[in-house]
Amino acid sequence: MSEFSYEIVIGLEVHVQLKTKTKLFCRCRTEFGNPPNTQTCPVCLGMPGSLPVMNKKAYFLSMRTALALNCGIPKFTKWDRKNYFYPDLPKGYQTSQFDLPMSEEGYLDIKSTKDEFEPRRVRIIRAHLEEDAGKSMHDEAAGKGDSRIDLNRTGTPLLEIVSYPDMRSAAEAKAYMQELRLLLTYLDVSDCNMQEGSLRCDANVNLHITTDDGVIATPIVEIKNMNSFRSVERGIEYEAKRQYDVWQETGKVLGELPKQTRGWDDSAQVTRSQREKEESADYRYFPCPDLVPVIVTDQQIEEVRQEIGELPSALRERLQNEFGLTVYTADVIVNQGLSLVEYYLELAAAAGDNKLAGNWVQGEVLRILNDQEIEIEDFPIDAGRLAELLKLVQAGDLDSSKAKDVFAAMLTSDSSAADVIKELGIEKVDEGALEALCQVLVERNQRIVDDVKSGNEKAVGALIGQAKKENPNVNPGQVRQICLEIINNL
Amino acid sequence: MSLTRQDVEKVALLARLKFNEDGLDKMTDHMVQIIQYVDKLSELDTEDVQPMAHALDIYNALAEDEPRPSLSREDALKNAPKRDEECFRVPAVLGE
Repeated sequence: MSEFSYEIVIGLEVHVQLKTKTKLFCRCRTEFGNPPNTQTCPVCLGMPGSLPVMNKKAYFLSMRTALALNCGIPKFTKWDRKNYFYPDLPKGYQTSQFDLPMSEEGYLDIKSTKDEFEPRRVRIIRAHLEEDAGKSMHDEAAGKGDSRIDLNRTGTPLLEIVSYPDMRSAAEAKAYMQELRLLLTYLDVSDCNMQEGSLRCDANVNLHITTDDGVIATPIVEIKNMNSFRSVERGIEYEAKRQYDVWQETGKVLGELPKQTRGWDDSAQVTRSQREKEESADYRYFPCPDLVPVIVTDQQIEEVRQEIGELPSALRERLQNEFGLTVYTADVIVNQGLSLVEYYLELAAAAGDNKLAGNWVQGEVLRILNDQEIEIEDFPIDAGRLAELLKLVQAGDLDSSKAKDVFAAMLTSDSSAADVIKELGIEKVDEGALEALCQVLVERNQRIVDDVKSGNEKAVGALIGQAKKENPNVNPGQVRQICLEIINNL
Repeated sequence: MSLTRQDVEKVALLARLKFNEDGLDKMTDHMVQIIQYVDKLSELDTEDVQPMAHALDIYNALAEDEPRPSLSREDALKNAPKRDEECFRVPAVLGE
């Protein structure tokens, strides 16, 4: 059979665990990793007669996130019961939002740092607030046919962010997840720890295949269980190939098969079939009689909007336009999180050189953070102390390799840059002495002078080497500049 | 609005209930009666009535995010038909 070209169509449903101390409808703690079934109460166990009460903080964290995603906030919102049986859902229904979600119609812009795709605005259908289920663990031991259920997580607040099927490649889906995670950390609404499940992603994927008889669409598959950015990318890539092969084999198109759910198996790097998705009507949503609706005022929405600080996309633009950083440097700094941005802003202000500060943060500072696996909060050189070093670099008192030596020494001491320079015996070479040295070198090396004169400026490098032998403290950049000037004036 | 035997079979499946033939007939009869009873409501003219989301005229019942003690694990597991030291035990969850 011949090969046809296709486009991958992807929509993502992202579940974000909100950073609250307590659950959505009861005041049990939401801490991760505690012994099983030690964080439950009659409400989250689904005991008859218990009454849920909405967590105020969960609602307002959701609103903050929705506003940052450019969503509209309806004045009136309510909660509904989504009915299905699953052992980690003790009530027999999940309290979620059906027809009147707390936010709708927003977007998130994504772009590739590696030019993998054109910049894209991914539209968001809605973000709604619902409760998490518990955890089931299959007991492999002793051949027992049971699953074990831990309900500590049951009722943890989740914000479900549903995108339109606007993404067209696995790389775009990964970029969307990364940008969303960055936004959520700037907003401080979630820990966003994918390993611990506080940020989870399901993808709805199908293909639009261009055949000889026009474009056909393959049946939609929902992929679950993608617990890292890499598995989002690989899961979607795998699924696209699988759907293409299945279509070639069976010819089945959208509408001829029910929506299927497949789980990503990270160790085998394949998706596997799970339960067939029940039709949405089978969830028999109806308004939860135990929870009263929420009504917000314009003023409340405005107050939450005011809480939102500067977000990644705006910061990137500011670092490029106001601070003159390259797209790359601005990206690197902003993508590391708000703390590093704040460090950079302080450093740039104190050093008085935006670009130099950008290069040092992106280069030396980040290298140390990565090598030592620490956060900027634990970085031993504060912005003020580093700024003193950068001022010396800027004034030409230190060349970049010496500056790195000083920087390395400052990492393990509390000394100022000036003190470290003294300790290391680095002295600034007097300008007159430097010029005299260059003069001598030029006179001593006629062949290099000829080379340079005939257009080979690189030849001057040999003079820098000689100058360093004469005096290790010379600044190579200055030697180069002075020597070239002397030669050109000959 | 009426209800067929197939509708009842489907609802029974969703509710994880099993009926024999006789039980299914009875259940269908009962449910048809209930539906017909509730159907009386559609005789009302609700043209200018706003749909309501809740029976009570109360909004914004919100609680502060302050932890309160949870049940002990012993108490939490007390009513479980099957359990071990730490967890509820249920028939194997297949799929994942």
